[in-house]
Amino acid sequence: MAAAAELSLLEKSLGLSKGNKYSAQGERQTPVLQTNNGPSLTGLTTIAAHLVKQANKEYLLGSTAEEKAIVQQWLEYRVTQIDGHSSKNDIHTLLKDLNSYLEDKVYLTGYNFTLADILLYYGLHRFIIRKLRHTEVGN
Amino acid sequence: MRLFVSEGAPGCLPVLAAAGRARGRAELLISTVGPEDCVVPFLTRPKVPVLQLDSGNYLFSTSAICRYFFLLSGWEQDDLTNQWLEWEATELQPALSAALYYLVVQGKKGEDVLGSVRRALTYIDHSLSRQNCPFLAGETESLADIVLWGALYPLLQDPAYLPEELSALHSWFQTLSTQEPCQRAAETVLKQQGVLALRPYLQKQPQPSSPEGRAVTNEPEEEELATLSEEEIAMAVTAWENGLESLPPLRPQQNPVLPVTGERNVLITSALPYVNNVPHLGNIIGCVLSADVFARYSRLRQWNTLYLCGTDEYGTATETKAMEEGLTPQEICDKYHIIHADIYRWFNISFDTFGRTTTPQQTKITQDIFQRLLTRGFVLQDTVEQLRCERCARFLADRFVEGVCPFCGYEEARGDQCDKCGKLINAVELKKPQCKVCRSCPVVQSTHHLFLDLPKLEKRLEEWLGRTLPGSDWTPNARFITRSWLRDGLKPRCITRDLKWGTPVPLEGFEDKVFYVWFDATIGYLSITANYTDQWERWWKNPEQVDLYQFMAKDNVPFHGIVFPCSALGAEDNYTLVSHLIATEYLNYEDGKFSKSRGVGVFGDMAQDTGIPADIWRFYLLYIRPEGQDSAFSWTDLLLKNNSELLNNLGNFINRAGMFVSKFFGGYVPEMVLTPDDQRLLAHVTLELQRYHQLLEKVRIRDALRSILTISRHGNQYIQVNEPWKRIKGSEADRQRAGTVTGLAVNIAALLSVMLQPYMPTVSATIQAQLQLPPPACSILLTNFLCTLPAGHQIGTVSPLFQKLENDQIESLRQRFGGGQLEETFDLKAKTSPKPAVIETVTTAGPQQIQALMDEVTKQGNIVRELKAQKADKNQVAAEVAKLLDLKKQLAVAEGKPPEAPKGKKKK
Repeated sequence: MAAAAELSLLEKSLGLSKGNKYSAQGERQTPVLQTNNGPSLTGLTTIAAHLVKQANKEYLLGSTAEEKAIVQQWLEYRVTQIDGHSSKNDIHTLLKDLNSYLEDKVYLTGYNFTLADILLYYGLHRFIIRKLRHTEVGN
Repeated sequence: MRLFVSEGAPGCLPVLAAAGRARGRAELLISTVGPEDCVVPFLTRPKVPVLQLDSGNYLFSTSAICRYFFLLSGWEQDDLTNQWLEWEATELQPALSAALYYLVVQGKKGEDVLGSVRRALTYIDHSLSRQNCPFLAGETESLADIVLWGALYPLLQDPAYLPEELSALHSWFQTLSTQEPCQRAAETVLKQQGVLALRPYLQKQPQPSSPEGRAVTNEPEEEELATLSEEEIAMAVTAWENGLESLPPLRPQQNPVLPVTGERNVLITSALPYVNNVPHLGNIIGCVLSADVFARYSRLRQWNTLYLCGTDEYGTATETKAMEEGLTPQEICDKYHIIHADIYRWFNISFDTFGRTTTPQQTKITQDIFQRLLTRGFVLQDTVEQLRCERCARFLADRFVEGVCPFCGYEEARGDQCDKCGKLINAVELKKPQCKVCRSCPVVQSTHHLFLDLPKLEKRLEEWLGRTLPGSDWTPNARFITRSWLRDGLKPRCITRDLKWGTPVPLEGFEDKVFYVWFDATIGYLSITANYTDQWERWWKNPEQVDLYQFMAKDNVPFHGIVFPCSALGAEDNYTLVSHLIATEYLNYEDGKFSKSRGVGVFGDMAQDTGIPADIWRFYLLYIRPEGQDSAFSWTDLLLKNNSELLNNLGNFINRAGMFVSKFFGGYVPEMVLTPDDQRLLAHVTLELQRYHQLLEKVRIRDALRSILTISRHGNQYIQVNEPWKRIKGSEADRQRAGTVTGLAVNIAALLSVMLQPYMPTVSATIQAQLQLPPPACSILLTNFLCTLPAGHQIGTVSPLFQKLENDQIESLRQRFGGGQLEETFDLKAKTSPKPAVIETVTTAGPQQIQALMDEVTKQGNIVRELKAQKADKNQVAAEVAKLLDLKKQLAVAEGKPPEAPKGKKKK
């Protein structure tokens, strides 16, 4: 369950002590977090943003209206574009677009490191690894 | 800041509504660009709407733009809003863009469009009604409402695409649509042209990949374990402990079955198969098998149930068949009635009666209904232009004329209905008509006929539908078809024909004519009941006490939803009318249609010669039941489902549970001391059992089957985690634990045997015999999971339930039953035609097949990973890896890729 592993990593890097348990739903294996008080939360970026708030690190979601919108835009990009496509062509276009976007930037929002950088990194990392290794059984 | 928009870009709707709603302080300039202009410098593909911020940054996501407007006004978003937006982007958008593309660019209509978004719409509706709030994220409107409303508006503004049973969605949508910012955005973007305003934009877009493939599969969807409250767990434990005590006494079997006042009386009909055809698998799943599952379920609930069906025997087709075979029509009917009855017996269909329409009762009841309609002024007389074939010297029945459909131009439309657009046709309106028998061109002649005055009955029909539909379980397609008929307005329908083989018309001047089959075929249900019991009117003239469920394929909906109800309402004789009309979509065979003449497909009588047991056929047909949309029978998929779901999941679990009792406990169910973990399992099984009930009560047969497989999967996991085979060799405490696990597992197996009964009656009985399940527990299914095999209960001999299907066996069946033909013809074409598109279709399998294989690969991959993680036995791992490699190879072949050489092995 990749998404759960990713969220656990995020928890660790946010310094959250209690490890949450995640289940997966549907064929995209969307992660679900059962919260103690209230209903469950569904979706990678939704849960990730929730964890950030839990860790009192709201700045990772952007500080201004503009930054906040940009962070959310790239989070959406992560779950729709990066997770959605798998053909070689798509991946190539996507990497090219990202490269040209990042040409004059340090991070996705410009100069501030945010949740968008973390989740895009995880997302891309996965298929860069997949590309490097061969189709080895049991990955 | 500057907003770039494009004519008809759907994303402009939510963006403009959000801009109006949030009234940002900054000034907003709007520029219109072409649909293919690249506004954002770093994106390769064109994208609108786009917001260019004063900093020079771009927002190219519709939701992010809307969010930005809201943020500017100081409105922050909570988790629930984020969740809705993520769902919109990942689930709703793919489905919706497919639907809009079908509708606007490809001109498709009705279910073809609605099918792809229905699941998403239902999800919104359920969420709204469950949380009981007017808006998505609570009591007040939020960003989520604007974004979803804007996405949905182009489709839902046409009431045809807003299913009326989704009432919460309905009122949410109306509330938002009447708000000023939304109204203005709608006017600006759609310009009062409705959804067609999106055409200039959508037709420039690539066709969205259809999300359909996944909706058809029945893969375990909600493996997620719900959280349970202490109360739920406590209730499950109490119910379990009460055990067999809580079973009510068995109802004595009645013969004949008659309604009982104060009980739930369920009358179930399956569409009457036409006598001169051998039914194919599509016919079988479409009505008799689906109805059988429900009838069996209904009996398990101890509802007073009568399930009937029979052959539809009158009509021209029978006359023609008789001529062909040199028999009388009666002899033909006798012969084929037996063939039908045999097929259904083989499939284990539990009719209370399987009758026929050529009986004196049929004549009596049909003529009575006709007389009542006549005296009440609902029958018209008119001269009709009818097609007559001079060469065959007879008037041609509608289905014996073929020609070009006057509505859609389909070339092989039949005289009664067009297979392509589904519209009913008057045979004389066909363009280029041909006699189906001799292929000569028929001439138009006039003759006298009787008509049912449907326009006069329309109002009563609407009143009745208004009372019946809300809260009923009519399937969405049945509602849709009925509604579209009413919307187009009803017309008088001819109810007589120039034939001999039919119910005579009791009216002077009509001695040479008979009733047209569609007028009297549905009366067959009544006459078949009348032949079963002389008290038939207690079922059919008893609408207050009888719940009538009618099963059919969707082409039969007009006769059951419109025509028969009109006849019955006009006859004013207190007839029982359909409460729940359950219609399936179509089942295809491999990549095409079943065809008797081309020898393609599996027909009822051939299924028995395949060596595959009836229960496996039942399981697979029900697993792919075309519920909600068309589905396809596939040999490869049949093999996969048999070997994975039946053999490895269900069969494996039940067999292990039984074997542990035999091997470790001498065949006696051991003492069970439930730990908190066991109690949670009880509660989870109970929850899934309740879901099964909810689904079957709504006649969602395919979905309920999933619950059975989910429970079995829980069971397998439970055994796997607790390892009773190791513990039995351990300390006293370990041995006790092994006993508890075994006892609980074998009780889950017993529960599964009962839940399985509607689907696989023979397998169910086999399990119950193996486990020696006490008789009342075999025939009653409560909503709670009971301990039906208490400690000390002795079970019988346990043996495997399913057999593996082998590739070569399935391959030879596929060749025997056709379906390969399609590929061969494509092959020929590929050789002569240089078009690469054709060549692609040669090698690739259908998307569902590929999807199924991909799912299998994923599943098997998980198994291998798990084993590796557990550091399992090397041989075991190797065996599972071999399976995985084999699946990957199959997938590669199905996708038309060359199978990968096993590389990397040596390097490791």
